[in-house]
Amino acid sequence: MTPTDIDYQIMWNRLIAVVEEQATTLIRTAFSTSVREAGDLSAGLFDRQGRMMAQAVTGTPGHVNAMAESVTHFVREIGAQNIFEGDVFITNDPWLGTGHLHDITVVSPTFRDGKHIGFFACTAHVVDIGGRGFGPDANEVYEEGLLIPIMKFAERGVVGRDLIRMVRANVREPDQVVGDMYSLAACNAAGDRRLQTMMGEFGIADLDGLSDFVIETSRKATHAAIAAVPDGRFAHQMQVDGYDAPVLMVVQLDVVGDRIKADFAGTSGMSRFGVNVPEVYTRAYACYGLKCAIAPEVPNNTGSLEPFEITAPEGCILAARRPAPVSVRHVLGHLVPDVVLGALHQALPDTVPAEGASALWNIQISARPSDPESGLRNAEVLMFNSGGTGGRPAHDGLSATAFPSGVSTMSVEATEHVGPITVWRKELRDGSGGAGAHRGGLGQIIEIEPRDGYDFFFNAMFDRVENPALGRDGGGAGAAGRVELSDGTKLRSKGRQMVKNGQRLRLSLPGGGGYGAPADRDRSLIEKDLRAGKITAEQAKQDYGFEG
Amino acid sequence: MIRVGVDIGGTFTDVALAYPDGLSTCKVLTNYTQPEQAILDGIAIAAEQAGVQLAAIEQVIHGTTLVTNSLIERRGAKLAFITTEGFRDVIEMRSENRFEQYDLNLTLPEPMVAREDRFTLNERMGPKGEVLLPLDPAEVSAMVETILEGGFEAVAIGLMHSYANNTHELQMADALRAAKPDLPVSLSSVISPQMRELPRFNTVIANAYVQPQVADYLGRLVARLRDADVTAPVFMLHSGGGLISVETAAEQPVRLLESGPAGGAIFAADYARAHGLDKVLSFDMGGTTAKICLIEDGAPKTANTFEVARTYRFKKGSGMTVSTPVVEMVEIGAGGGSIASIDTMGRIQVGPRSAASEPGPACYGKGGTEPTVTDANLLLGRLDPDNFAGGAIPLAVAASEAAVATRLADPLGIKAGEAGFGVTEMVDENMANAARVHTVENGRDIEHFTMIGFGGGAPLHACRLCEKLGITELLVPPGAGVGSAIGFLKAPFSYEATQGLFQRIDGFDADAVNTTLKALEAEARSFVDKGAKGAKTTTRLTAFMRYAGQGWEIPVPLDYVTFTRDDAAAIQSAFEDAYRILFGRIIDGLGIEITNWSLVVASVMPDAAPATRFDTGTTAPIMRTRQFYDAALRRMVDAHEVERSALTAGQAVEGPAVIVESETTTIVTSAYRAIGQGDGSLLLRRKEPV
Repeated sequence: MTPTDIDYQIMWNRLIAVVEEQATTLIRTAFSTSVREAGDLSAGLFDRQGRMMAQAVTGTPGHVNAMAESVTHFVREIGAQNIFEGDVFITNDPWLGTGHLHDITVVSPTFRDGKHIGFFACTAHVVDIGGRGFGPDANEVYEEGLLIPIMKFAERGVVGRDLIRMVRANVREPDQVVGDMYSLAACNAAGDRRLQTMMGEFGIADLDGLSDFVIETSRKATHAAIAAVPDGRFAHQMQVDGYDAPVLMVVQLDVVGDRIKADFAGTSGMSRFGVNVPEVYTRAYACYGLKCAIAPEVPNNTGSLEPFEITAPEGCILAARRPAPVSVRHVLGHLVPDVVLGALHQALPDTVPAEGASALWNIQISARPSDPESGLRNAEVLMFNSGGTGGRPAHDGLSATAFPSGVSTMSVEATEHVGPITVWRKELRDGSGGAGAHRGGLGQIIEIEPRDGYDFFFNAMFDRVENPALGRDGGGAGAAGRVELSDGTKLRSKGRQMVKNGQRLRLSLPGGGGYGAPADRDRSLIEKDLRAGKITAEQAKQDYGFEG
Repeated sequence: MIRVGVDIGGTFTDVALAYPDGLSTCKVLTNYTQPEQAILDGIAIAAEQAGVQLAAIEQVIHGTTLVTNSLIERRGAKLAFITTEGFRDVIEMRSENRFEQYDLNLTLPEPMVAREDRFTLNERMGPKGEVLLPLDPAEVSAMVETILEGGFEAVAIGLMHSYANNTHELQMADALRAAKPDLPVSLSSVISPQMRELPRFNTVIANAYVQPQVADYLGRLVARLRDADVTAPVFMLHSGGGLISVETAAEQPVRLLESGPAGGAIFAADYARAHGLDKVLSFDMGGTTAKICLIEDGAPKTANTFEVARTYRFKKGSGMTVSTPVVEMVEIGAGGGSIASIDTMGRIQVGPRSAASEPGPACYGKGGTEPTVTDANLLLGRLDPDNFAGGAIPLAVAASEAAVATRLADPLGIKAGEAGFGVTEMVDENMANAARVHTVENGRDIEHFTMIGFGGGAPLHACRLCEKLGITELLVPPGAGVGSAIGFLKAPFSYEATQGLFQRIDGFDADAVNTTLKALEAEARSFVDKGAKGAKTTTRLTAFMRYAGQGWEIPVPLDYVTFTRDDAAAIQSAFEDAYRILFGRIIDGLGIEITNWSLVVASVMPDAAPATRFDTGTTAPIMRTRQFYDAALRRMVDAHEVERSALTAGQAVEGPAVIVESETTTIVTSAYRAIGQGDGSLLLRRKEPV
């Protein structure tokens, strides 16, 4: 029976369920906190040629394009003649995977009746990969931990012991990291079981016809959406903090008919520290930003991603060359959508938001006994925190909400059980949203103190401290971030620092920029903000000319 | 004993009255302004049908969606929330994520309490209940002033780590009660004493928000019933699937959020027990949504958190997470009224938008022009236009054809029948996928389950769902249209008490645990005694445990005993067993933590009367042959039409078949056969492979 379009539609729907189940399996079995709690993972199905057919919607747009590209690298490196039933491939190469060593990508070829028909792939952020640990202070990728080149984790169903022993010997939490490698392989296997059931049910022997249907339908819809964007060349630039020197991000968009190109020529050169971004990760976030604005409803697959042609010249900070350090590439990566949306705004007014805090303010805390002889235990605590998003053409920005990342925060009560810290404050930061017809989202303020008997180190990886999120179309900038002790002592926004017992770390997360002229803001919304204390009477008067 | 169950749903109020000779049921339209009026009307009809005097009714058991509706529609009290300084915005910051990745215009639900009505106290407990910052009595007095001046109708108090030490919450509440005794005050340490500030605060706020309204309604209901000569005590079905007194419900209305749907799960669980089925997937499909629940060993699966009032296409994360004991159900926007449309890629999509009952599907002829699942079922021959709802609602085939043609078939360049197939197949896929994911999340294989289908839409779709899921047996109980109300009559008196108590298993403090459990038992028992004093009871103990470093706990069932230090090993091995079921393996070398305890005390229900099972049968009388579209075969098939009443015990019909009754239609696909059972159920079994 030849499948009809309706059959293909139903199978496509099922494929989405198959990859969601693949992702669910990983979320449930992973050790890594960021996978389980924050959804820092990715899972997808690829055809025999390495074209992505379906991908689970998870918390990390940064994996979207990155993983889509990675399977072709595996095919090239392993060689088609060396792909056997029962094989599982692996890598954490930042330039071939998803941008830093902490992300392990696992690819499993799938077979039907002895014939190779495609691949399942998945990526997860592991708790540790050796080296200096998760932070920006390294000067070369070699310091950042163990790099696993593209290789076989298992061949014909047999796991290679050598790799496992190498990993165990090089990471701080060997049980958890190796456990996660097995989880990744298991999640691909779970996806495969469902795929085989579906193929049996629909009586298809390979994925070729279905893949063509999915990819070409998506490609057509994406091109049609791009064609609706007015032609032209639109340039935009944005300055952000970087590690020790400001970084200028420059993008040029070229829209011609149903094609769109973004190029980052003119962007600052590489940093000596781990804020560099491999190009694959830049492409992922640039594409995510454009796709949200142009074709949000088309599911992710090669057909919906390829029409966004994105390049960055090698050697700039958004296309870092080996062996640059890249551990916290997410900081600048999360800021990429702001700059491409700034360019797109010129083509599509009243569509994109103003700039936001954008980069997550993740904080890795290492609590240490003040007295090493006290017998108290060391403890590691990881927190995810978000500032405000930019105001939008028809709505205020979202307060303390992640964008472009999609991760979640954790409960303070749960965090205080994990390590000896007290979070005295985690609340919205009054007055931090940029003024505008639609106000920027508020940032938040967090105060953390080591508990009795402890000091703590933290790895700062915070941006928008020197360069706030700017407004659009007359909207004002959001408040810049601040990193300090509660007594006002200023701290650095990047790098490892210590907070001693009795001191409190205070993080003031940036607010989003405003959208449109503040004078156009609805008076009732100004009153509402005043009642809620989200703006001060002073701001109401100064920014909005509101006297009450 | 004469008992009556009443379920108030969005459209209908269902009544089921059990009396010594049988069961009398009826449906009346829900009365939104005076819900109790529909109850009185319904009870009067059911009692008259049964020939029972109203005064002879001995128990009234009630469940309602009114509490949920009040949250969704924001019709609750003017509420103040008092919390710890520094944590005023917990309920507004939520989990800091977006539940829809690609929508730049996403809006988040407004917090239940406006920011200016959230007040803070300078106080702080630590995670072990230690006082990090004491509460100043002067500040408490000032807060009382603030609340009184604000003219609030109710107050919720939620302080950090109050599950570990609620002294400060009590101090604040006492001061408020002393100043204004009739002001309703809810405490997070009473309503939901569990770790995690966001769900605990949400829960106490939801409780306080609906409390004045619910208390008022329940008061009126009891009074009106008494006036009508129904003097029997009234009990409420709580979300966890048990009964509590109407007084408890008025104090803790948040326990009623999933009251109605839980009744459906109990209904299915009762049939699971009667038929000796230990692995069941219940599937309840109505006009707007479908609900799926796992029932193992005769008990619906429960959870201690769930999300209420989702604002965005039933999307996870778009509602409000509350922590209260609940029968765990997956709800998806798929029902008979779900609307089909074409997306930008030319794909047929179904739901979650629904034509509901007004205007309803196009074929109702009440002005609906968009094609719905019901329209597609009509075009595919699965519904008989002249015999829908017992002939009460004539269906207009032409209207369905027009809707499907103009909105789907013509734009896609395909035939109406093929588009109709696309609609039902897509909605069946959506439901099957949700069921599959839910079983995977629980570490189960769906192939080993039996499905129990009820609600108006389930019998039409369940057989196809079973084909997709590889399920070989499907049970369709009688009375499926008023399943929840019947379920109420099968529910035990029960109360689940919970308490956060954080320990590592290697430092297991048996005394602290025993003290906590004794208190939980006393609390739970006091509530059960209000309805079932002296009854035989059971206890069910659950510890919530995880590996150190993991974010979420898993429930670990334990025997309720007085623990000693030596029991740590047994608790650990129980955790490992539970972990292995869920995740397929355990992890050596990691610490293990207990975060919460839960203890259920429930009255023991009489065993369900075992149903005599018929696996085969003699052929029932065939009324006629009609055609329907068999999705697996991809063609119209000639099907036997049989009256449901003709399928008595041991009567069978081979698929393809259509079994008709006034409440619904059961489709038996070509791959299945249906056999009548002793209790009026239909058993659909997959035919042996040829």
